[in-house]
Amino acid sequence: MLKNEKLLKFLGKKIVRFIILLIFVILLSFILIDMSPINPVKTYIANLGVVSPEKIAILESYWGVNEPITTKMFNWLANIIHLDFGTSLIYRAPVLDVIKEKFVASLVLMLSSWIFSGVIGFLLGVIAGFKKDTIIDKAIKVYCYILQSAPTFWIALLFLMVFSVYLGWFPTGLGVPVGTLSENVSFWDWLHRLILPMITLSVVGIASITLFTRDKLIDVMNSDYFLFAKARGESGWNLIVRHGIRNVLLPAITLQFLGFSELFGGAVLVEQIFTYPGIGQAAVSAGLRSDVPLLLGIVIFSAIFVYCGNLIADVLYNFVDPRIREGEEDGG
Amino acid sequence: MDKLLDVENVSISFIQYTQGLNQRDLKVITDLTLDISEGEILAVLGSSGSGKSLLAHAIFGILPENANLNGKIKYKGKELSQQDKEEIRGKDIVLVPQSVNFLDPLMKISDQAIGHTESDEEKKAKKTKQREIFEHYNLGPEVDDMYPFQLSGGMARRVLVSTALLSDPKLVVADEPTPGLDEKTVQETLNHFKHMKEDGIGVLLITHDIHAALEVADRIGIFYSGYVIEIALKEDFTGT
Repeated sequence: MLKNEKLLKFLGKKIVRFIILLIFVILLSFILIDMSPINPVKTYIANLGVVSPEKIAILESYWGVNEPITTKMFNWLANIIHLDFGTSLIYRAPVLDVIKEKFVASLVLMLSSWIFSGVIGFLLGVIAGFKKDTIIDKAIKVYCYILQSAPTFWIALLFLMVFSVYLGWFPTGLGVPVGTLSENVSFWDWLHRLILPMITLSVVGIASITLFTRDKLIDVMNSDYFLFAKARGESGWNLIVRHGIRNVLLPAITLQFLGFSELFGGAVLVEQIFTYPGIGQAAVSAGLRSDVPLLLGIVIFSAIFVYCGNLIADVLYNFVDPRIREGEEDGG
Repeated sequence: MDKLLDVENVSISFIQYTQGLNQRDLKVITDLTLDISEGEILAVLGSSGSGKSLLAHAIFGILPENANLNGKIKYKGKELSQQDKEEIRGKDIVLVPQSVNFLDPLMKISDQAIGHTESDEEKKAKKTKQREIFEHYNLGPEVDDMYPFQLSGGMARRVLVSTALLSDPKLVVADEPTPGLDEKTVQETLNHFKHMKEDGIGVLLITHDIHAALEVADRIGIFYSGYVIEIALKEDFTGT
């Protein structure tokens, strides 16, 4: 019981912090956009052809372009509290609907590559640590250093050139085949188009988790308890599984959750290059085409997403580790 | 009584870089010779940080990679290679380590004591044995499911000693088993070693606690700056 109480208290604190964070994110992004030369009216009329100055004046007053920033912000905030994020100017649909659709597409991409990079990275790290200073370890390390220092977009372009253009295994982009309605896209079409962006995104994530796992495992292998386990007659791969992985897994998972923000940043670039219709691409076009409501909406939702990742990492660290978990029971 | 362990002219050194690429051989243990028989307690007495622990690590073949080991370590008259050491460690020769830090922080006590098992039957048999020994050392069933950080100082000591006895060893190497313990627990720990002696087990007690050594040891070796200066009977120290 006491443990649950602690957890609730912890979560309560986190939620308060989260609200403060959101307020600052909203304030800052709103002020930045207000200071930028983005003008929603221009975007709107660009689609309408010739528009008279009177009409522009009416539109400007409708959107409150010339009102002071405080009024604008309060109007917007009041709407957000009612979950009305306004209408996207480029998609001509409610912002919430656009974000929902794009986020689902992105989540599939991000989560699959997140799991993939986590599993592969962890395995590579364990192997490298176990075979420390051998040729296998060196190969894995070199591979990680190269990936770590290569920019995401460059790897994405490289993959696109090799696998899509030269080998022709995968389509070069888009979430659906050209000329097909989105309702008619089969699961396989969709999966086929997901693979290359997913692999690109995970390849970038593998390096950090591998190097981290390798380092942690080597630490564990030099620890007193590892030495004692050896002295008790345990050896080889069994020793690694029983004592190494047990002690490395939790910090590695935590790191992987903390990587949510990088994942999001990577997804923006990868989606842009593969023209994958996800939240990253929507953010870029919203920015380039002055879609203020959509841009602000995306900023808020990505802040929530990244915060959730960090929150899970915190909970894992504080409540899964038996040293802390059981310790609190006793301390109570 | 039969001799269990012979350590003959053992030297342990580390390669150390001094300036630039100049290497230097740092000798930690020089020309060390000692032996232990069945049912005998030999204490090696030396100050902290003098490299005594490395002697234990050399016997178990768990020295760090950059260490050089010269000389012979014989068990029952047979010289031990690294492979032999890996074969008999945890079986004939066991280690009682310094502190609870030598237990995996994320593994329950009984799982660690039992160690890796191949089959369920083996696990069951070992579990029964472990329970028996733990019971003997006054460790209740609740200890089995505890994690190392939950043990008190005295409990941790008893766990480490009983873990060692699980495999019916012939020789116990205890590396600093008494520091940081209260008077009563020290006494208790030393009694464990006396009992082992009565059971015919050879004990190599590595310590800096001269009182502990005088109390239980049959012979005491003085270890100073890498050399064993003298090995003498306990009686020679007390003057009786």
